Amino acid sequence: MSAEAVVEINGRKVPIEGERNVLEVIRKANIDLPTFCYHSQLSAYGACRLCLVDIEGRGIVSSCSLSPEPGAKIRTHTPELREMRRMTLELLLANHEMNCPTCPKSADCQLQELARRLGVNTVRFKRTHAPKPVDTSSPFLLRDPGKCVLCGDCVRMCKEVQGIGAIDFAFRGAAVSVVPAFGKNLDQVECVGCGQCARVCPTAALTVKSDVAKVYAALADKNAEVVAQIAPAVRVALGEAYGLPAGTVATGQIVAALKALGFARVYDTAYSADLTVLEETHEFLGRKTKNEKLPHLTSCCPAWVRFVEQYYPKWIKHLSSCKSPQQMLGSVIKAEGAPDGKHLVVVSVMPCTAKKGEAGLDKFRSGDCQDVDVVLTTQELVRMIDEGGLRFDQLEPDSLDSPFGLKTGAGLLFGASGGVSEAVLRQAAEELGAARDGLAAFQSVRGDQGVREVAISVGGNPLKLAVVSGLANAKALLARVESGAVEYDLIEVMACPGGCVNGAGNPVRKNKDTIAARAKGLYHADKMLDLHRSSENHEVKTYYERVLGDVGGKKAHALLHTTYQSRARIDGAALKLVEGSQPAALAVTVCVGTSCHVRGAQTLLRKLITQVETAGIADTVDIQASFCHEACDQGPTVVVGGTTLHRTTADQAFAAVLAALQTKAAPDDRVLHG
Amino acid sequence: MTTGTVITQESLTKEGLAYQSAAGGAERRLIICAGTGCVAGGALEVYSEFVRAISAAGIDVVTELRPEAPPLPGFVHVSRSGCQGFCQMGPLATVLPDGILYTRVKKGDVAEIVESTLKHGKAVERLLYVDKSAKRSCRGIAEIPFYQAQHRFVLKECGVIDPDSLPEYLAKEGYQAACRAYTRMTPQSICAEIDKAGLRGRGGGGFPTGRKWEAARAQPAGTKYVICNGDEGDPGAFMDRSVMEGNPHSVIEGMMIAARGVGASEGFVYVRAEYPLAVRRVRKAVEDAKRAGLLGQNLFGTNFSLDITVMEGAGAFVCGEETALIASIEGKRGMPAPKPPFPAQSGLWGKPTVINNVETLASVPRILNMGAESFRTLGSRTSPGTKTFALTGHVVNTGLIEVAFGATLRDIVFGVGGGVTTDDGSAMSEMKAVQIGGPSGGCLVPDHLDLSLDFDSLRGIGAMVGSGGLVVMNRDTCMVSMARFFMQFTQNESCGKCVLCREGTKQMLALLDDIIEGRATLGTLDLLEKLARTVQKGSLCGLGKTAPNPVLSMTRLFREEYLAHVVEKRCPAGRCKALLRPHVIPAKCKGCGVCIKACPTSAIRGEKRQVHVIDETLCTKCGACAKACRLGAIEGVA
Amino acid sequence: MLPEALPEEASHPSTSPSRKFQKVCDILAKHEHRASRLIPILQAVQEEYRYLPEEVMTYLATSLHIPPAEVYGVATFYSHFALAPKGKHVLRLCDGTACHVKRSIPILEALRSKLRVSEAKPTTDDLLFTVETVSCLGACGLAPVLVVNDQVHGQVTPEAACAIVDEIAAKETAQ
Repeated sequence: MSAEAVVEINGRKVPIEGERNVLEVIRKANIDLPTFCYHSQLSAYGACRLCLVDIEGRGIVSSCSLSPEPGAKIRTHTPELREMRRMTLELLLANHEMNCPTCPKSADCQLQELARRLGVNTVRFKRTHAPKPVDTSSPFLLRDPGKCVLCGDCVRMCKEVQGIGAIDFAFRGAAVSVVPAFGKNLDQVECVGCGQCARVCPTAALTVKSDVAKVYAALADKNAEVVAQIAPAVRVALGEAYGLPAGTVATGQIVAALKALGFARVYDTAYSADLTVLEETHEFLGRKTKNEKLPHLTSCCPAWVRFVEQYYPKWIKHLSSCKSPQQMLGSVIKAEGAPDGKHLVVVSVMPCTAKKGEAGLDKFRSGDCQDVDVVLTTQELVRMIDEGGLRFDQLEPDSLDSPFGLKTGAGLLFGASGGVSEAVLRQAAEELGAARDGLAAFQSVRGDQGVREVAISVGGNPLKLAVVSGLANAKALLARVESGAVEYDLIEVMACPGGCVNGAGNPVRKNKDTIAARAKGLYHADKMLDLHRSSENHEVKTYYERVLGDVGGKKAHALLHTTYQSRARIDGAALKLVEGSQPAALAVTVCVGTSCHVRGAQTLLRKLITQVETAGIADTVDIQASFCHEACDQGPTVVVGGTTLHRTTADQAFAAVLAALQTKAAPDDRVLHG
Repeated sequence: MTTGTVITQESLTKEGLAYQSAAGGAERRLIICAGTGCVAGGALEVYSEFVRAISAAGIDVVTELRPEAPPLPGFVHVSRSGCQGFCQMGPLATVLPDGILYTRVKKGDVAEIVESTLKHGKAVERLLYVDKSAKRSCRGIAEIPFYQAQHRFVLKECGVIDPDSLPEYLAKEGYQAACRAYTRMTPQSICAEIDKAGLRGRGGGGFPTGRKWEAARAQPAGTKYVICNGDEGDPGAFMDRSVMEGNPHSVIEGMMIAARGVGASEGFVYVRAEYPLAVRRVRKAVEDAKRAGLLGQNLFGTNFSLDITVMEGAGAFVCGEETALIASIEGKRGMPAPKPPFPAQSGLWGKPTVINNVETLASVPRILNMGAESFRTLGSRTSPGTKTFALTGHVVNTGLIEVAFGATLRDIVFGVGGGVTTDDGSAMSEMKAVQIGGPSGGCLVPDHLDLSLDFDSLRGIGAMVGSGGLVVMNRDTCMVSMARFFMQFTQNESCGKCVLCREGTKQMLALLDDIIEGRATLGTLDLLEKLARTVQKGSLCGLGKTAPNPVLSMTRLFREEYLAHVVEKRCPAGRCKALLRPHVIPAKCKGCGVCIKACPTSAIRGEKRQVHVIDETLCTKCGACAKACRLGAIEGVA
Repeated sequence: MLPEALPEEASHPSTSPSRKFQKVCDILAKHEHRASRLIPILQAVQEEYRYLPEEVMTYLATSLHIPPAEVYGVATFYSHFALAPKGKHVLRLCDGTACHVKRSIPILEALRSKLRVSEAKPTTDDLLFTVETVSCLGACGLAPVLVVNDQVHGQVTPEAACAIVDEIAAKETAQ
């Protein structure tokens, strides 16, 4: 190595090997410089000021944003830097809701960890923290602004990696906070539930919504038969919480744990993944033959489905009509029914937060309950195991239950990016009469880049696939498809970079290798199984014979397929000026758009408010200033209840208010001219 | 000028001469200052009245001199100018060639001026400026100390020319330098010449302009940008505003030369929205230049082009920081980015970008016209040239001034400023401090009065030139309270991105409040200084890095005052309300009871003809007792 | 095969580009629908509607292909953008250094007290007056400065400021 491409860190020479910033060189030299806002998958932000280093001739700079310059003499732990880092942490703590023992991130919090590491045992500053309301609206995530350290990782993740930007910084200076648009709750905006923001959040500002209480309630219910299904990606990650290496397949112990907790039966989502493969391959090949609705878009990732419904309604018909494996299994289990007298509760254990929303959708409801009642993420199951006092690593492995516990390797692959495609290709190969290709045949869809293009020949049929993970990548790809630059037969999209193994519900690890290790665990498990093609799953075959009939047939469609709808992205509201306290307050809207304003709308509004208040009826009337009723040449415009008044005056509007309060008739969509 | 014809040095000179020739036909020229300050004082009404009155007197009035249609000789040319600088004396009106400057002109004075001066060449004595110290009235600028003590270089034409008149700008060598830059110089030679001249950024950093341009020029060819930073947000600073309002073409010409030097074909002028007049004038100047073919494609017959967009800020001081400004132009929140990379390497849209201050750019055409060596004869060795300052606060003459670097503080405060006054300006007072560089700057004290001011000498004493705001403070100013005021400002304007500035300035403010409200200990002061140094060294951008400057400067220079607040819980200047201790002076009290009656909280006790006592626990420090007492027996009140 | 285009009334009625918000459409067209022009667009919208209604911001977000949260973030960052309607008469007191040193705070307190408004609630209930501070207007020679609507008043005192308010209020009741 040339003497030039070297920096000196604390007196030690360290080579520069293509790292994108000084921080990564320092970490390579085994000095874990503390950071909050730095994330290797996101753009450098430079806000937390913890990664400061002292460079001779340059002074104190943040190392995350500086390109390594050969010959630089860097010091990472001068007394001044140490003092600065501690002070920075104290400043953060002074403005933080400190209730560590009861905080969901208690053992896992980066702020807590850094306070410990940097030896911060006192906060010299005044507590400036003001409590902020917690947003519990979303089924996927819990948002607690009081714990936010404003590192911006969630913002950058949602914008740069997922291409959505559902949350962003608002306001300025000390008032800055990370909020959804207009300060609304998460469930009112375009969040698709991927949860990646929570995955990168260093504190408890964004955490996975916990549904553990619902599970305990079900387990305690004597009239309930509680069954579980475990997703592929869970089994290669859960063990990490108990010291097992990433990628260790811990299915047996997970089953044992669930049974110990009181679950009656434990099934495998990989079983229904096989179902999905059969249905979806049939569907895909049908489209290919008729050359319609191509490219075919996979539909097992609910965040991706929601993304399409919100942003690409034109593409809805390209989505596979297959339900996700979770939902298929839920439908199947519920269709089987429970032993007499009991009602079935299906709990799925997922690496995914979006599944929580998916399970709760109205369309996945039969009768008076959902097909999947509760979704637990891996993290939540770990909590339950801990609370139950179970020593996971010492549990005697147990087996999955029949009939929905049998799977092929193809079903397992679903947990990694490219897995669905590979499984479908294996099945397609059989249906297209291709020679019995070895397992390696379709491995070209594997890989760790966010967008992979694969051209493959299956039984003499050329197929072009795109495998995408990360929604921003999906966005870019769709744009290229729409422009005609590229063409595909099938596009697989997983919202989480790398696929479900990197789901927000799995244990969070900053180590990039972990994700690859988990995927490898699945590939290994596939290799070790006897069955690799979904059609080889004889339990699935039996189910078709017994219940479903033909693949893609009427019964299969009824139970295993679904429809989609375009979704609005944001709810809107007008501005309230007088708020009636009575529940059935009369709604009065005064347009304050320019034309109406020029015609005296503002004066009208003032007069009307005064009249209403003087008449003592302010508690029965809701006066809102809204804007533009698109009748600009007929202003001022006032809407009283269901009646629209044009060219009106304050007195006329007030008279209409009184009349409406008196009659209290059903809304009457008449338009009156003053 | 018609588009389509190639503009050359000769054609520009010709245009200039045509203007001069047309202007030569004027009997007199009347210049009404229409800077924001004078406009607030009614200058526009004065202007309209002049136009009306002169016309009514049967004299030809010309408000817009168009060389292509020169008026018949014998007319009076009435024009509006940008800020003439003497804001306290506005509205101002200058009569040429008489060289008379009228001050505080009202609509009602117009008739007399028209009659006496315009018709008969006689000055109206009562409207002339009176130099109180020399006890004489001054006919014009040449005699007024405020102007005499200045060196108006960048401001030369501000307050003289009609900023809306491109022809007048051309008559003053306008666009000659730009023409030469595009047709006879190379980008390297332009950067070299500016570097040789030693021009340093006038926005606060003082970075060598030529070097900045060269750094951008040296980047690989491709899209590059030039940006004029008109987001002068320092409270108390209005130099850039005056240049933009008074001579917008000088800024555009400077940008053109910068664009040529760097290789940019697109430029932006970012002006604070709080300067609507400046926005209007710059926009008009850009449009006029475009229409005349000075901007757009094929400049001066070359293959180069330049388009300039004027963008208004939306109320964020932090956008004066170059990376935040860039973010704003990109349509985002104005949050700064770490440097390096510097804008010259990667700026707007990731492309090499040169951002310069208004005054810096306005200097450029003059430098090219006079030559680098000639420019270096002004100012000091390390800081050539001049600097505009906004002189405000407790000083006799407040306004916009320009002096050569190397001038002393004494020259400015006493020479130009006329000395230090009391709060209401009614009497003279002593100088306690001068805040230089706004909320990011430091303090100068009487010890520094004879310090030769330039970039390096100020840095040497822990202060900075900054943008050029100079606030003079008299002896009744509380320096703790002033530090708090500045900290409040920076805290308000902090973008909130980095922890140190966002939380640090908030905590510094809280500590200062503790000191002001009597809750502090020595530990408070110690923590304040430690925190200040951390924020200064570790913040992401210039705003955070300089926010602690006032505190660090003042705790050092006025340590006794801070200690008095902390240890004795006393405010020596008598300003901090919480530390006031109104008390009766026993020797002076006659026990008349007037104060007892005046007190709204019945905090005073005392028998008739006995010394009265104020109960501190009930006292709200309203001061009513002191006001009521005719014997001056109560002190410790604001 | 590319997805077919749907008719104009795309995804959802509230985001239909057809007739709604005509003025906003004009503004967007003038700025060539460029996302980088968000700030001038918001300025123009505020000029038109006197504040930034939430519906409009959502519409802008959709039209410019920017997330609504980002538009909200930009609108709340800059002091000039008002997300609630301002009063008919806006009183802006300069709180720059020079004005501060020349005692602008007592004027602010007098105005706020007279109109019964505060920093958190700067507009009177009848939407007639808004009192706000503004950063340095650069008219320091005339400190302290009060701008009423667009008129600059220099060397103001608390009494003079209140008198201005009274004058305006009288004109309003006369109407």
